[in-house]
This record gives sequence, C-alpha cells and structure tokens, in this order.
Amino acid sequence: MVPRPYIVKRIRKDTVDTFTLELGPKDGRSHFSSAPGQFNMIYIYGVGEVPISICGDPSNSTLVHTTRAVGSVTKAMSKLRRGDIVGIRGPFGTSWPVEQARTRDVVVVAGGIGLPPLRPALYHLLAHRDAYGKVVLLYGTRTPDDILFKEELENWRARFDLEVFVTVDRGTPGWRGNVGVVTTLITKAGFDPTNTIAMIVGPEVMMRFTALELMKRGVKAEAIYVSMERNMKCGIGLCGHCQFGPLFTCKDGPVFRYDQIKDLLVKWEI
Amino acid sequence: METLERILSQHPFFKELGVDYMQLVTGCASNVRFEQDQFVFREGAEANQFYLIREGRVALQLFSPERGHITIETLGEGDILGWSWLIPPYSWHFDAKALDLTRAIALDGKCLRRKCEDDHHLGYELLKRFSHIMGQRLESTRLQLLDLYGVRS
Repeated sequence: MVPRPYIVKRIRKDTVDTFTLELGPKDGRSHFSSAPGQFNMIYIYGVGEVPISICGDPSNSTLVHTTRAVGSVTKAMSKLRRGDIVGIRGPFGTSWPVEQARTRDVVVVAGGIGLPPLRPALYHLLAHRDAYGKVVLLYGTRTPDDILFKEELENWRARFDLEVFVTVDRGTPGWRGNVGVVTTLITKAGFDPTNTIAMIVGPEVMMRFTALELMKRGVKAEAIYVSMERNMKCGIGLCGHCQFGPLFTCKDGPVFRYDQIKDLLVKWEI
Repeated sequence: METLERILSQHPFFKELGVDYMQLVTGCASNVRFEQDQFVFREGAEANQFYLIREGRVALQLFSPERGHITIETLGEGDILGWSWLIPPYSWHFDAKALDLTRAIALDGKCLRRKCEDDHHLGYELLKRFSHIMGQRLESTRLQLLDLYGVRS
C-alpha cells in the first residue's frame, strides 16, 4: 500500500491533451512485472493519486502510462519533467484473457483513449503470434488529430499477420481514411465469430454498442471482455469507492467478462 | 467467372429474396467502376441507382462554403450505397466520392421502382432490407453525435 518512488525517464506529448510517461524505479533495481490490462495507482506528491492502465510492453522493464490531462492530478502529471519523482502502487486488477484466447481469433476494439489499456495485450499477442488465429485491431477516435501511437499503428498495419482498421467520428480536410463510428468496422474485419475472443475498451456507451454488434455477428457474450473505469481509489477492494453492484472494479476488474456485467451496465442507480 | 446473379445472391442484403426476384434484380444490375476521386453521384442530382460496393471505398460528403467538403461517413467493400432512389423526390442528398479505385454493382432504381409498384411483395422485401440499413446508419449517426471520445465538461 506504500507508493514506491519512480523517476520520470521521459514524457511525450501524443496529442493535444494526451501524453505518455516512461518511468523507472528510483533505486534502479526494483523489477516491475504486470499482466496486460492491469493498472497502477500513480501518486503525484501533494496533488493526489489516480488509477491509470499500464500501456507498455509487459516484457519491457520500463513502466509506460498514457493518459489524458482532464483532472487536477492528470493535469499536474502532464507538467512533469524528466527526473521528477512519482509514487507507484500496483499493479492491480484483472488482466486480458490472453491465455484463454490461444488458438482463437482475437478482435481488439479500442475507442479514443481506450487504446492504451489494450496495447500490452497487443504486444503479447504479437510476441506470441503463432499461438493465435487472426488478430484484428479496430480503433475509433474523435478526429484524425486524436489518433494515438500513429507510427506504431502504421508499423502494425504493414504486418501481414495483423489486420488494423482505423476510423474517426469526424473527418478533417485532407483525411482520406475511414469516417464513422468504430462499430461500423466490425463487419469489415475478417474473423470467425464462433471462435473469437474480443477485448474492448472505450467509453461505456461505445463498449455496449460494440458488444451488441459483435453479438449480432455471432460472438458469444462469454467471449467478450471489457475494461471498466469506476472511481478506483485504494486499488485492493477495501474502500468501496469503485463498487459496481456486487463487484469492485479495482479488484474484480478492471477487465470483466461481458456476460457477467452486461445487466449492471444498464442499471442507472449503480 | 462469377456472374452478377451469383454475386448478388451471395450478398447478405439479398439473402432469402427468392430465385425469381433475384433474376429480376440481376436484370437491373450492371458492373461499374469509379476512379479515385471520381464522384459516384452529386447532391441534388436525380437518384436512379443504388450500389453494392465490391472493392474500394466511397466517402459520403456535404459541401459547406466555410468548411469545404465534409466527409460524414465512408463506405467500403460489401456496403450498400444510396437509398434516395427509393424515396421521393428521388434526388441525392449528399455527394458520394470514390476515395480509391472503386468497383461496384449498380442497380437501376428507376427500373426497380416500377417493378416494386407492380409487385408490392417485392417492394416490401426491398423496403425491409433498406429499413435495416437505414436503422444501422441512424444508430451510427447517433453515436457520432454523442461525441463519446470528447472530454467531459
């Protein structure tokens, strides 16, 4: 429960309001290991603590977090400089079902800032590419300027063993890519719905409609996983801030099987 | 070689339409090709066709003097393009421009309109199919309007 000091090795501005932090242990020795989909509580001393998904390569020792500057803590975080110290607690929570997905097709659907929590899963899938069937990434953002990891997406698009589709809700002059919501990409992707595991991250409405489209195509609710974000504070299921019906998002999630939470998603009271 | 009838009958849009109707629809179909940046149709023009895109991508656009050509949606392989041929006053409400070299099957809407008037069962079958597409596009548009990825204020 005590935050460990990590030093900012690098900070990169990804879009107008999104940035990536690369962190290393202050003592230079501690080893950090996590599973794809888990999150850390990042403490900005004197400001506060926020839960942020780990978005780097799980096989790499550098801790990577990409987030958007929206609240007081993330805004302070966006102003960090190389050499600054932050506190880290974690990793916490459940992870993407990369083992259950072995031998099956995998459809990864990201909306907006939902791509970073899925990136470790993609790294894992690509590092063990022969273990999986088709791997598809469907990514929707607001505008072309909001597309994250552009260079990496281009590299992924160039691979023959990964199908990448990107769409934006609003095109801008000069944009020749797809325009439309991410759910429209589901019919374009080549995968076997009866033998597919889907992983979705984005705003809750986007995840609900994506799950519906996947199910229309024949993917079972039990094969769909979503990552939830609900006011996590302690990270270990003690404080109750992230209670989601009978579940705690920080401990039972953030990755949930869709059939286990789909009824909770439409309950306004929780 | 794949015949038009075979291609059309295998498309989900025409699923379970029936052999006789499929032959009738095929009689109204022809292969078309649009070069990159060529307009498939222009806003205000008479709408007498719809298209089944076989290859390439088409952008549905509106022109605004202030903002230029605004792309509202892109359609691609397997998508159906255009329903204005079915609804009076039978004129296009948007521009459609090929983003890549695009191959499609054009279906003669004028011919199909006549046949639908003569045979209301065919009309109902086609309307059911177009209603489904309209519903999907409406749902997508609503999600786009929600601006889900914007910062919550």
